[in-house]
Amino acid sequence: MTALAGTAASVRRRAGGLTRGWLVGGVVAVWVLLWIPLRGRDTLALSTSELSPLHERLNDLRDAINNTRGSSPVFSAFFDVIRESVDALTVFLQSLISQPAYGRPVPLIGWLGVVAVATFGAYAVGNLRVAALTAAGFTSFGLLGFWQQSMDTLALTLAAVLICLAIGIPLGIWAGLSDRLNRVLTPVLDFMQTMPTFVYLAPLTLFFLIGPASGVIATLIYAMPPVIRITAHGIRSVAPSSVEAGTSLGATRWQLLRSVRVPLAKRTIVLGINQTVMCALSMVTIAALIDAPGLGQVVLRALQTLDVGTAFSAGLAIVIMAIVLDRVTTAARDRVETQYRMGPRARGRRRVVLAGLGVLTAVALYLSYTYVWAAFFPGPERGGAVGGEVADGVTRASDWVQLNLGAVTDAVRNAISYGLLNPLQSLIADSPWYLVSAVVLAIAWIVAGPRIVPTAAVCLGLLVGSGLWQEAMVTLAATLVATVIVMALGVVVGVWMGRSDRADGLIRPTLDAAQVMPAFVYLVPFLGLFGASRFTAIVAAVVFAAPVAIKLVADGIRGVPATVVEAAVSSGSSAWQVITKVQLPLARQSVTLAANQGLIYVLSMVVVGGLVGAGALGYLVVAGFSQSDLYGKGLAAGLAVVLLGVLLDRTTQAAARRLDAGAAHRGLRKGKDS
Amino acid sequence: MSNVVIGRFVAVLTVGALALTACGSKIEDTPSGTTSRAACGTVNIAVNPWVGYQADAAVIAYLATNELGCTVNKKNLTEEVSWQGFGTGAVDVVLENWGHDDLKKTYIEQQGVAVEYGSTGNKGIIGWYVPPWLAQEYPDITDWNNLNKYADKFKTSESGGKGQLLLGDPSFVTNDEALVKNLKLDFKVVYAGSETALIQAFRTAEQQKQWMIGYFYEPQWFLNEVKLVHVNLPPYTAGCDADPAKVACDYAPYDLDKIVSKKFADSGSPAAALVKNFQWTNDHQNSVALDIAVNKLSDDDAAKKWVDANRDVWQAWLKN
Amino acid sequence: MPEPLISAERVPAGVGEPALAVTDLWKVFGPRADRVVGTPLADLSRADLMAQTGCVAAVRDISFTVAPTEVFVVMGLSGSGKSTLVRCLTRLVEPTSGTVLVEGEDLRGADAKRLRDLRRHRFAMVFQHFGLLPHRRVLDNIAYGLEIRGVSRTERYRRAGEVLDLVGLTGHADHFPDQLSGGMQQRVGLGRALAVDPRILFFDEPFSALDPLIRRDMQNEVLRLHHEVGKTMIFITHDLHEALRLGDRILIMRDGAAVQIGRPDEVVGAPADDYVRDFVADVPKSHVLTIRWVMRPVRDDDPLDGPELGADVVVRDAVRAVLSSSAPVKVVHDGELVGMVDDEAILRVIVAEEQ
Repeated sequence: MTALAGTAASVRRRAGGLTRGWLVGGVVAVWVLLWIPLRGRDTLALSTSELSPLHERLNDLRDAINNTRGSSPVFSAFFDVIRESVDALTVFLQSLISQPAYGRPVPLIGWLGVVAVATFGAYAVGNLRVAALTAAGFTSFGLLGFWQQSMDTLALTLAAVLICLAIGIPLGIWAGLSDRLNRVLTPVLDFMQTMPTFVYLAPLTLFFLIGPASGVIATLIYAMPPVIRITAHGIRSVAPSSVEAGTSLGATRWQLLRSVRVPLAKRTIVLGINQTVMCALSMVTIAALIDAPGLGQVVLRALQTLDVGTAFSAGLAIVIMAIVLDRVTTAARDRVETQYRMGPRARGRRRVVLAGLGVLTAVALYLSYTYVWAAFFPGPERGGAVGGEVADGVTRASDWVQLNLGAVTDAVRNAISYGLLNPLQSLIADSPWYLVSAVVLAIAWIVAGPRIVPTAAVCLGLLVGSGLWQEAMVTLAATLVATVIVMALGVVVGVWMGRSDRADGLIRPTLDAAQVMPAFVYLVPFLGLFGASRFTAIVAAVVFAAPVAIKLVADGIRGVPATVVEAAVSSGSSAWQVITKVQLPLARQSVTLAANQGLIYVLSMVVVGGLVGAGALGYLVVAGFSQSDLYGKGLAAGLAVVLLGVLLDRTTQAAARRLDAGAAHRGLRKGKDS
Repeated sequence: MSNVVIGRFVAVLTVGALALTACGSKIEDTPSGTTSRAACGTVNIAVNPWVGYQADAAVIAYLATNELGCTVNKKNLTEEVSWQGFGTGAVDVVLENWGHDDLKKTYIEQQGVAVEYGSTGNKGIIGWYVPPWLAQEYPDITDWNNLNKYADKFKTSESGGKGQLLLGDPSFVTNDEALVKNLKLDFKVVYAGSETALIQAFRTAEQQKQWMIGYFYEPQWFLNEVKLVHVNLPPYTAGCDADPAKVACDYAPYDLDKIVSKKFADSGSPAAALVKNFQWTNDHQNSVALDIAVNKLSDDDAAKKWVDANRDVWQAWLKN
Repeated sequence: MPEPLISAERVPAGVGEPALAVTDLWKVFGPRADRVVGTPLADLSRADLMAQTGCVAAVRDISFTVAPTEVFVVMGLSGSGKSTLVRCLTRLVEPTSGTVLVEGEDLRGADAKRLRDLRRHRFAMVFQHFGLLPHRRVLDNIAYGLEIRGVSRTERYRRAGEVLDLVGLTGHADHFPDQLSGGMQQRVGLGRALAVDPRILFFDEPFSALDPLIRRDMQNEVLRLHHEVGKTMIFITHDLHEALRLGDRILIMRDGAAVQIGRPDEVVGAPADDYVRDFVADVPKSHVLTIRWVMRPVRDDDPLDGPELGADVVVRDAVRAVLSSSAPVKVVHDGELVGMVDDEAILRVIVAEEQ
């Protein structure tokens, strides 16, 4: 009986899904029909050098702040205090490992000491494997010829991460306990993460001056949200039965927190730390634009001279640092599980190894403090032992590719640009704004339900108000095309990885590297291949966003219960049928999440796209960072990116929830009892 | 591994490490400040993100450090942020300023935190350029009157059916959208978004004989690699660019100048005199820039090379 | 002098006072839940109330008392409100209205500090999903309640060690919860509750996640502990057999309200309504009913030379005596003859079970 009812409901729902598809198609058809006569009207175009009153007001605001800087007590009492404390921490860390200090020509701890301390630390929080990885990774910084820059990057990252954790973990715990705080915090965190960095780099120097503090604070803004969010999530998902047991025994709130909630959420919190470290590292590179020292400077400078090789080897150092930090924090997370169940013998042995390593570390510290050979990384000053060769090899390879693949890449660019991007952009950006708004609202309603409409309407209204409607629409078109490509890659590669362990083992490290390699590194070869064009920006965005989508899809496919796949295979399904009828539908949640994340990641590359010919919002953000007159316009463009992000994120999330609810109804979701 | 073995292993390593200390030189503390260092003090030089500027900064920093004993801090900043630094004390010197009348108004006239410090001797030329192969095969292309004739050839996927005029660095205030309109050119302005993108585009265009026209400027190290050819727009006359919307003439030549903070100018530091006297030619700058950009010398090495070869030029800068 | 581990005092302070007295207890979930009780809304059925106000009455007007050392079972199907009820009794869920007296003290009037105090010393709870702390050893889990109370480390380990033996976990002190089977884990939960030496123990469906065989073991364990330490126990279950097995008295709940309160034989022998009757239909009556329920009044012509049995003897235990005797068996209560049981009455019960 219930089964029958379920089937009936599923038929209805499927029909609903079909109707929804038809409805969207209908809306688009009407749009195209209206677009033909209305094309080019009311597109709210504004030429690059023109300013709207809003942009001028933002300029004035900037000037006003700038003028009061010296006299306002807000600065001396608030911003200066923050700046000085952050500066003090950063300079201290730098003088430990990267910059000459205390009257010495070298930092307090030379390379040998740093390698030893890092290795010791990796073993202490992790295991022997990551300790070995750490030793190798840190040594490679010197071999690549970027010892000091790497240490600067590390010092800044550490400073930012320490502050992130000091603020983020308590805040996250609080947000985990208080629904109200969580509600207030969520949009703020969204904003912090989607606001393009370029937008706040220049104002930051206004408030916190030029120097390490601004770099660290820029990094903080970007890197703090993950640890807050994930900590809150961890606290929230502590099993209620454990909390209730504590309460029933008369535990106070504090006792519950200390003995139940935090220990049980610890693993998740360490995951948050891991994410924050990764974000901080990627941001420290960009902070080079406001003179944050380190590897980012090398990359940026290489970019000015189109020196692909040097940019790459510096990028490689960043990737290595990211991998080391990621693996160490991941090992620390696993350690949370294993450490308390180690037998007394294992614990004793570990203690001895720790003590041994500790002694070695102390010796290394002493040596690197005292002797030149242990302080300066040996090898040629420029390029290090292998850095020069790496750089030359990459430059040669990049030149060869550009020279020989130019025709092919041009063809690809033209096919996608003329076949997909131009028509789509023409439809979106050349339609009157009210037509696009109506279409967006209608589609949002159809795919995500009526509750999304007010949010979408507010976003659209603010976009109109930003004075950058047409630019936003051009950016939207490119974003959609990039997301389509990301999802195509995500599904194809993700399914492959999800089904084959070997493919997974092969591809995953590449994906990890693509995600942490600073975009600046691959811009030059891409420019050589595709020219300054929106397509280059799309490719850059795909490189950055596809790994996330691919991994999510792969994990989803992997998460499909083996028994279901077995059942499908045993009833004679072909591989194709298993994929399309079992694995993908069951991994639906992961696929929709991948689409959502893909979109957000693509959007976060809008500004980088502006650097390579995407124009529109990305270019304006960059220009606003560089040109005094366009400051306000750039700020508005940054806000417009955030608005697009909110619009797309909320709509896709709501649509996913809706799909999901339908799927749960059909019993597709696992782990739900009927 | 038993504890004993581990312990012995550690002991051996420790002894070995201590043995190493016998060889190797110790780190000496740096002497804290010579007399000349005290007299000069610290100079904060903003380094804007192009190689020509980097060349200026390399040479000034080299001389200030080695001849005057100053402590030089180079800060890699964009122009806008550099000027902010005058007010906050983070920046003392901007070595190559391209116009920026708006910033001058804010920081020199209104806030009074900066002062103009004379020309660098470099002439900044901004305009439209084509790759050399194009100028060779179609010599008439360097006259703007003929541009429409070739507009079709300049079409790309980005230019919406018109010819593409590629703009570069977002730092520059450009008149190109107005120029295209006012000269009735069948072109569309496309923003490459960065100097890097622009240079790469010209490089590819020359290598693969592609049609390309874009915004460029000298002095620029890339011109030593690929000698781009300037396209002549209606010549600049004083005031022809007064109304940005009605511009129909070429860009004004820039006299690149130096800006320093008021505080630095009043400090009486010998470095201030050095900056004030600093003047050289486009060729000088290009040779240093080329060493940095193409020959991959470090800033200091490139500066040293030039300083060693041009003693007579910089000797004059050191006089008070 | 350390206080004894498990105080065996059977009668708490205030002799004759019930361990727990519950009067007119309500718990309504939903928007403005307090407007329901005491108004005509309170008389609506659950579904109607939900439709009209969006509120759910999880516990409706429940009253009962529990005597010291009694095992009081609350039984109902899922959704009947029994788990909410037990949480109201310790204020893990705040009641909407009604009174709860714990040994004469008004629980609802207790402030946060006093409530914490009561939880630390007076009662303890065993949970369906154990609620153990996976990062702590068994010993630390058992000692958790003492730790919260601020007992010194050596003292709490000493006590926890004793409890460990009491609940049959000797030798498992250093294990972690996930290294134990479900039954063993619940022993840890039980130990944790016992370690604080509470006067009242609450069990919230403690064995429903366990295998039937283990469940039986654990029930025996509870009976044994009750015998040894004599705590007052409030036991929640959805398993009638468990209820009949453990309970001195049983409260049957349906849709938040009490349907019947009585001894096991009362529930089986005299179901309050069809709902309860349905429920107990499958129960082997001979195991539960006492011969009081099958006896007939004494007739004048009854031969009085047959054997005697107490009125509280369970039918199953009386079978042999009754069937082997040629005369009807005399049922005696407090030395007085209260009725007669003959073969036919016994067989009726047995045969009814066979069908």
